[in-house]
Amino acid sequence: MSTSVLFDLPGPSARRRQRIGTAVGALVVLGLIGLVLWRLGANGQLQPDRWAVLFDPASGVPQALGDGLVNTLAVAAVGMVAATVLGALLAVGRLSDHAWVRIPVGVVIEFFRAVPLLILILFCLLFLPTVGVPMTAFRALALGLTLYNMAVLAEIFRAGILSVDRGQREAAFALGMRKTQVMTLVLLPQAVRRMLPVLVAQLVVLLKDSSLGFIVGYVELLRTARSLVEFFNFQFGSQYTFQLYVAAGLIYIVLNVVLSQLARTIEKRTRSSSKTAAAKEIELPADVQMGGGGGPV
Amino acid sequence: MQFLSDNADLLWSAFLTTLSLAVVSGVCALVLGTVLAAMRVSPVAPLRGLATFYVEVFRNTPLTVVFFFLAFGIVQIDLQFPSRFITAVAALSLYTAAFVCEALRSGINAVPPGQAEAARALGLTFGQSLRQVVLPQAFRTVVPPLGNVWIALAKNTSIAAGFAVTDLTAALQRLANANADQLLAVFAAVVLGYLVITLPSAWLIRAIETRVAIVR
Repeated sequence: MSTSVLFDLPGPSARRRQRIGTAVGALVVLGLIGLVLWRLGANGQLQPDRWAVLFDPASGVPQALGDGLVNTLAVAAVGMVAATVLGALLAVGRLSDHAWVRIPVGVVIEFFRAVPLLILILFCLLFLPTVGVPMTAFRALALGLTLYNMAVLAEIFRAGILSVDRGQREAAFALGMRKTQVMTLVLLPQAVRRMLPVLVAQLVVLLKDSSLGFIVGYVELLRTARSLVEFFNFQFGSQYTFQLYVAAGLIYIVLNVVLSQLARTIEKRTRSSSKTAAAKEIELPADVQMGGGGGPV
Repeated sequence: MQFLSDNADLLWSAFLTTLSLAVVSGVCALVLGTVLAAMRVSPVAPLRGLATFYVEVFRNTPLTVVFFFLAFGIVQIDLQFPSRFITAVAALSLYTAAFVCEALRSGINAVPPGQAEAARALGLTFGQSLRQVVLPQAFRTVVPPLGNVWIALAKNTSIAAGFAVTDLTAALQRLANANADQLLAVFAAVVLGYLVITLPSAWLIRAIETRVAIVR
């Protein structure tokens, strides 16, 4: 339903009311922005030299933030690749004809979706070393992200495979293909193509979740900002605190918005291409987007 | 087992902290999210823009960063939360509200246009048709997604542990550091704590869904 159905084509008095509403709304918004700017200005947070430090290579801040960003991207990349591969395998396993494959795989998927992501990461970090697996913060974070996201992606892939037209599968069998061939040559390629926008959207969630590294001591973007703040506090007092936090937050937002936009572009392309024209639009549910181990139990 | 009963007090109070974090922020997020959703479908352009901006910003910011800002950054605009618990509630509510808003909006979009048109034809105003016709139906369609948002919220409360709130995850860290030999028992107890919240919620959501679902 388009939202315009909610209200009539405005008549003269309704238009006047709307104009008044618009003006009042704009005033409220501007007032809020002004209030925040005023408080920031009164505390001297808007002085240019405080922000200049973010772009001044001599201070080492841009380099450090860059390193933090690279660390964030590194752990997200590892998690994404591993989770995609494992997720595809699990999805195939869950669709298996054999109950002894299907049921355990289902249990694995449900388990990893039911546990908070932070608990998974802590488990990797604290428990695995006691059974002889050497652990670093990077590995624990990557492993936790992989375990959680592979379960999410498995469900997404499964939905994708099931959404491929029945005729494709029947035709493949009729040509004499074996089950493995049908899956790898016919069903999975179409499912992956259909799922591409969702895969990219999931990368955004994964990238967001990588900030949990802050809690387990992995030096990603947020932790970098924190340690820069501590370093500067020692020298100059809390002069640059706010600016560094804003910078870290903005980098995340810009990065994620760019990736989301990419997902939207891919979606438009795949939908307009004739090969997948019939594909149903599959949206990432809100709870998965929330990250941190969402998902139905 | 002996070990867990020795620490039952800590675990129980941690469980209660997690539960109250989830409940209080759930209610706040629902209220804020509803307001945002109403703003996003309203005819007033600045409000629509503000709500869209809010949702985009919070959906693209990691929850950890939101926590971080409210814990350390907000001092710079002369605000200070009275306690760590309230900081955590604020962070969780602000973050979750964006997702509540999106879920509700999808529910509003799922209401057939005929309903709103009928409301209009009866002479109901925007506010009336939203309150009496569209929103009640929207709420009933979005029980499953809203329920999932709530479950995700319950799990996301674990992040509060990184910001000095003694919830289940914080109890886990504390117990695990002190008792390396009992790690599995500690993990099992804590995971059980989360499941005690999420599993019944899932059942309840399914029950509510079957009760209120609209057959279209």
